[in-house]
Amino acid sequence: MGKTLFHKVWEDHAVRKLPNGQTQLFIGTHLIHEVTSPQAFGMLRDLGLTVKYPSRTFATVDHIVPTNELVEPYSDPLAQAMIEALRKNTKESGITFFDTNTGKQGVVHIVGPEQGITQPGTTIACGDSHTATHGAFGAIAFGIGTSQVRDVLATQTMALSPLKVRRINVDGKLAPGVYAKDVILHIIRLLGVNGGIGFAYEYGGEVFDNFSMEERMTVCNMSIEGGARCGYVNPDQKTFDYLKGRPYSPNGAKWEDAVKKWKSYASDKDAIYDDVVNIKAEDIKPTVTWGINPGQAVFIDENLPLLEELEGSDRATAAEAYEHMSLTPGAPIRGTKIDVAFIGSCTNGRLSDLDEVAKYLKGKHVAPGVTAICVPGSQVVAKIAEEKGLDKVFREAGFEWRGAGCSMCLAMNPDKLKGNQLSASSSNRNFKGRQGSPTGRTILMSPVMVAAAAVTGEVSDAREVFGFAETVSA
Amino acid sequence: MSALEKITKVTGRAVPVPGDDVDTDRIIPARFMKCVTFDGLGEFAFYDVRYDAEGKKKKHPLNEDRFKGATIMLVGSNFGCGSSREHAPQSLHKFGVRALIGLSYAEIFFGNSTTLGMPCVSVDVETLHTLTQIVESHPEKPLTIDLEKMVVAAGGNEYPIKLAESAREGLLAGEWDPLALLLNKPEEIESVADRLHYV
Repeated sequence: MGKTLFHKVWEDHAVRKLPNGQTQLFIGTHLIHEVTSPQAFGMLRDLGLTVKYPSRTFATVDHIVPTNELVEPYSDPLAQAMIEALRKNTKESGITFFDTNTGKQGVVHIVGPEQGITQPGTTIACGDSHTATHGAFGAIAFGIGTSQVRDVLATQTMALSPLKVRRINVDGKLAPGVYAKDVILHIIRLLGVNGGIGFAYEYGGEVFDNFSMEERMTVCNMSIEGGARCGYVNPDQKTFDYLKGRPYSPNGAKWEDAVKKWKSYASDKDAIYDDVVNIKAEDIKPTVTWGINPGQAVFIDENLPLLEELEGSDRATAAEAYEHMSLTPGAPIRGTKIDVAFIGSCTNGRLSDLDEVAKYLKGKHVAPGVTAICVPGSQVVAKIAEEKGLDKVFREAGFEWRGAGCSMCLAMNPDKLKGNQLSASSSNRNFKGRQGSPTGRTILMSPVMVAAAAVTGEVSDAREVFGFAETVSA
Repeated sequence: MSALEKITKVTGRAVPVPGDDVDTDRIIPARFMKCVTFDGLGEFAFYDVRYDAEGKKKKHPLNEDRFKGATIMLVGSNFGCGSSREHAPQSLHKFGVRALIGLSYAEIFFGNSTTLGMPCVSVDVETLHTLTQIVESHPEKPLTIDLEKMVVAAGGNEYPIKLAESAREGLLAGEWDPLALLLNKPEEIESVADRLHYV
């Protein structure tokens, strides 16, 4: 009987069964950052413990880094204290730290893959729920809390209960203007924000086969928004091509051995799944959220749901969402005025996102009154983008071009919404207060849709704004 | 490591926190996470739910005198969704919460809470409704969550609760923080590391 990648990786990394029935699982790669690690190092010190495998931990700083103030000390002393704590902790423990002066710093989920640290068939943990991103490479990657960060530092293992596996097939071809972000928002809308509880999501089918690694990362990144603990795509030639030659990828004679091993982790053709969901690519259109969780989403040409169309608690949550968002049930989402446009984050701050937006933004200009910011996900992304002249395209269009960081995704830095501003955002969460103002409002969408909203000053169909069909067929 | 307390029962007054899909940003807004310890997070629990932009108290059960000092929260479904930040359960714990009774929980939040010795037990919709009514009409009377009998005692009746077996066993055995267990077979960890091709 065939096995899934999840089961193969789990079995290879299982240390032993614990008395409570959980598995002690070996974590091959541990990624840390400044928000969720200082308390863990503090706990280690209190217990007189040290880091067991410092060479298997990699650190960067992302959440608190100001994106327009690149010189220290930062004006926020708390942010300065957090980066200094990480410097001290990594230095004392012998952990590699992609600090701000290395040219490699950035959002942890962008840095891991681009450095070749993220590899197929591995287990990865990080004190951030979007660790699911790394599943794009066929890794089993978990977001963890700080006590578990402590556990991984002290033992390179953690206690986990196994997950069921749901295979999500997206077959067919996506229409022009429909992106990976639309695919995952559609999946979450269909299955619910709690639909994935107890599951690992395995994404497959023609759409994922055709997706670039960046597109796979965008989808895996938001697995957690659907309640799944992790999400992954089976490794293939595209995965190997992406990893070849990266700083931490295996090289020389080790490369062929690694690829052979990586291939063996892919789910068997006759693997048994706990659940299978089939989605047709042709059914997916550009999707935007209207509420206060990522499952409250509609196609751009749909009207917002009427409260009476919703059942039970969905109705109560929708009523709360409409009040917070100041939106009207039954109205179209298109035409909703925006104040801020944000392109960046671990979901959509990669080079391919910026490339795609720049293609359409050339010659266009941000609407009056809209603040538009573009935040490359890492210093590497920023450098390549600047070499390609993308920064000029964004600047000439009226976007601010920033330094690498998490920026306005969760606003633990100076990039925040003010008052009840409404943001068109390429990030992953539209929770109340998420973008820094308790009354701020967030509409999630693909980066190209954010650009369309920036240019028109309202939630718009990028396919119309940018004359998509013609551009694509040209 | 010193032995942990066995958690067999949690007794205390309760406060209902309404809503489904209450996310971790709601439990503790990100702007309060700029810290290198968890000390002091209690005052920021549900900050934007409890206070308006001017810092004035908003109408919410958590601000009502009759629920002051409650140590058990009654919550809806998918509680704690969103971030993996342990700051969320830490802020509740430091706020004084010792257990949650709800419909369901996001997995990372559930695990983080268990590691703090703060059980998150589940009930069905009718039971939650009944418990909420009991607590609303008699907020001064304590409830007891009994993890041995797997019931919650309230208003003279007992109602069944659910809790993942691994969490239940950990709490009952005083092994809810797994670190001591994880540390005690280093040779087994090393043998897995040795056989993995990439470590």
